[in-house]
Amino acid sequence: MLEIMKQRAKELLESGRVVRVLGWQRGDFPNLREPVFFTTAKQLDNLEYDRFCAANLSKYLIGTDVPTLAFLKPCDTYSLNQLVKERQINRQMTYIIGIGCEGSAKLTDMEENGTLERCLVCTKTVHAAFDELIGEDAAPREKNDRFAGVGEIEAMEIAARYTFWQDHLARCIRCNACRNICPVCHCKKCVFDNTKYDTAQRANASAFEEQMFHIIRAYHVAGRCTDCGECNRACPQAIPLHLLNRKLISDINHMFGEYQAGTDTETPGPLTNFDIEMDKEVGL
Amino acid sequence: MMKIAKEHLPRLFAALAKQIDLLLPAQQAEVVNFAPFCPDAEIDLTTLKTANTPKHFFLPQVEDLYTAAVNAGQISISAADTPIKPFAIFGVRACDAAALDVLDSVYLSDPIDQFYQTRRQAGCIITLACEKPTASCFCTAFGINPTEPCGDITTWLTDDVLYWQPNTEKGDKITELVADLLQLTDESPAQDISENICLPLDKFNPDNLLALFNAPNWQDLSVACIACGACTFVCPTCQCYDITDFDTGTSITRYRCWDSCLYSDFTQMAHGNPRTTQAERFRQRFMHKLVYHPANNDQYGCVGCGRCVAACPAGLNIVKVIKKLEVAGNV
Ligand code: SF4
Ligand code: SF4
Ligand code: SF4
Ligand code: SF4
Repeated sequence: MLEIMKQRAKELLESGRVVRVLGWQRGDFPNLREPVFFTTAKQLDNLEYDRFCAANLSKYLIGTDVPTLAFLKPCDTYSLNQLVKERQINRQMTYIIGIGCEGSAKLTDMEENGTLERCLVCTKTVHAAFDELIGEDAAPREKNDRFAGVGEIEAMEIAARYTFWQDHLARCIRCNACRNICPVCHCKKCVFDNTKYDTAQRANASAFEEQMFHIIRAYHVAGRCTDCGECNRACPQAIPLHLLNRKLISDINHMFGEYQAGTDTETPGPLTNFDIEMDKEVGL
Repeated sequence: MMKIAKEHLPRLFAALAKQIDLLLPAQQAEVVNFAPFCPDAEIDLTTLKTANTPKHFFLPQVEDLYTAAVNAGQISISAADTPIKPFAIFGVRACDAAALDVLDSVYLSDPIDQFYQTRRQAGCIITLACEKPTASCFCTAFGINPTEPCGDITTWLTDDVLYWQPNTEKGDKITELVADLLQLTDESPAQDISENICLPLDKFNPDNLLALFNAPNWQDLSVACIACGACTFVCPTCQCYDITDFDTGTSITRYRCWDSCLYSDFTQMAHGNPRTTQAERFRQRFMHKLVYHPANNDQYGCVGCGRCVAACPAGLNIVKVIKKLEVAGNV
């Protein structure tokens, strides 16, 4: 499959259809793969694709203004669609090759440690957008209970729920990896970076701030989060951020009907769509 | 050299914790962090890399400096006086102990940072030798011997014995607190010198400063950087902070908190920002560790702990920079 990927990328580059190729290459440690833009056929010899290529490349397409080929795994294409919908990516400037995926490796101190949680419960096994496909869509996962963890927390007493979250969030070092890796966290100036207001923080000074950062982030991505799992993968403190996002996804599903962000580029999203006509209809 | 049977370690920790605040590496969810001793904590003496580094206890993420208030036309300024009790950290690895030397060279040189100094004087470092490096370790590249960590007390753990060697006066005092549990011994722990990792560090010679600064491939090296700052916040030697005021409503508290050179407003000044691209910010992190800090202090600003390698969501790291950076005019 990798050989076909290299060959197609070289063809598209040489034909002038694209001027650069977004993929992964081997890093300086055995299990390390780094996102990279290739601009020559020769560089493409270094293209790599295996279960260590966990990074969702959609975010690197934000603002792309030159024809760019990107290799996207099935779940990554949902982020692409969501970003196209939010007018962050000009789809005309992209050429998407969807690639098959059997799940990405979880790394602990650079050693393989099973498979990423998001891959074990993946529901986005079919590419939602592509110009061509190499390899098969991923097989549906056997274990498909991504809301089980949410259910467990909902079943807790309120005090226990508070302790559960506070214990986890107390570890947060506010490194911002979760925010910056998130495809849909694309504000030009995050409210937490704005030094003009007291919201600007580099670090959490109190339990209140620990909670505030995460609650604001979770609400800001609500209805837009594709459950791509990148925040979870990026967190150096192993904070189960997916549970926060999935709680909001599950609530949205109950309130507005089943909704998967990034399924397409048109359907108005819950909580994010403003429609004056519809407001008039319901008498607002 | 002293020793204690491994099975008696819980007694040793309990006895120490009775007399001094004791921090130990403990399992927290899927990571290991230094945490205050408690009898039912899941102490973990095998994981080499704690998620949080000992730096947290000497240079906390957030620290109040002083409070200013105006009362009846009078301005009053009062220094923050957070009481610091003596404490000991057990299980510090060689890289993290060496990282404190890097912080000392900045915070304990003139003008001395009193907040840091107070914590440093109060804290006793009990190191634990490493037997086998992990996939991300490269401390030996910086001349650190993981089997001979420094610190106030050095310890070595074998299958059944913990060897204990005080190195400083502070270490002697702590040792006295638990002397009845330790036995003198002539044995010395077997030390396998682990494989030495070699990195092409020669080029990071302060004489090459401009040639490195102008290296042609900073842009390529940094293209995947998403500017999160995770590399700086997990690093035991990163030392930069920002000072900000917090309006409490009746007074102003001036505090400092960790900052990262990878952030877009790190060098924001009244006139603007001299570093306008991510490549420049990325360059700063590595120039500081590999060139500026050594030029000023005769020691590298990296101890090869490998935490930034594991933390970077974009797979970037200092090893790659060391290997791939091309010296300008010398390509
Ligand atoms: S990635 Fe983890 S530690 Fe970093 S800011 Fe997010 S939750 Fe906190
Ligand atoms: S799973 Fe996390 S990183 Fe992915 S879209 Fe949702 S909030 Fe963002
Ligand atoms: S730069 Fe990376 S390897 Fe070096 S001390 Fe910091 S975290 Fe460790
Ligand atoms: S952790 Fe990686 S992506 Fe984040 S700021 Fe550091 S180098 Fe950039």
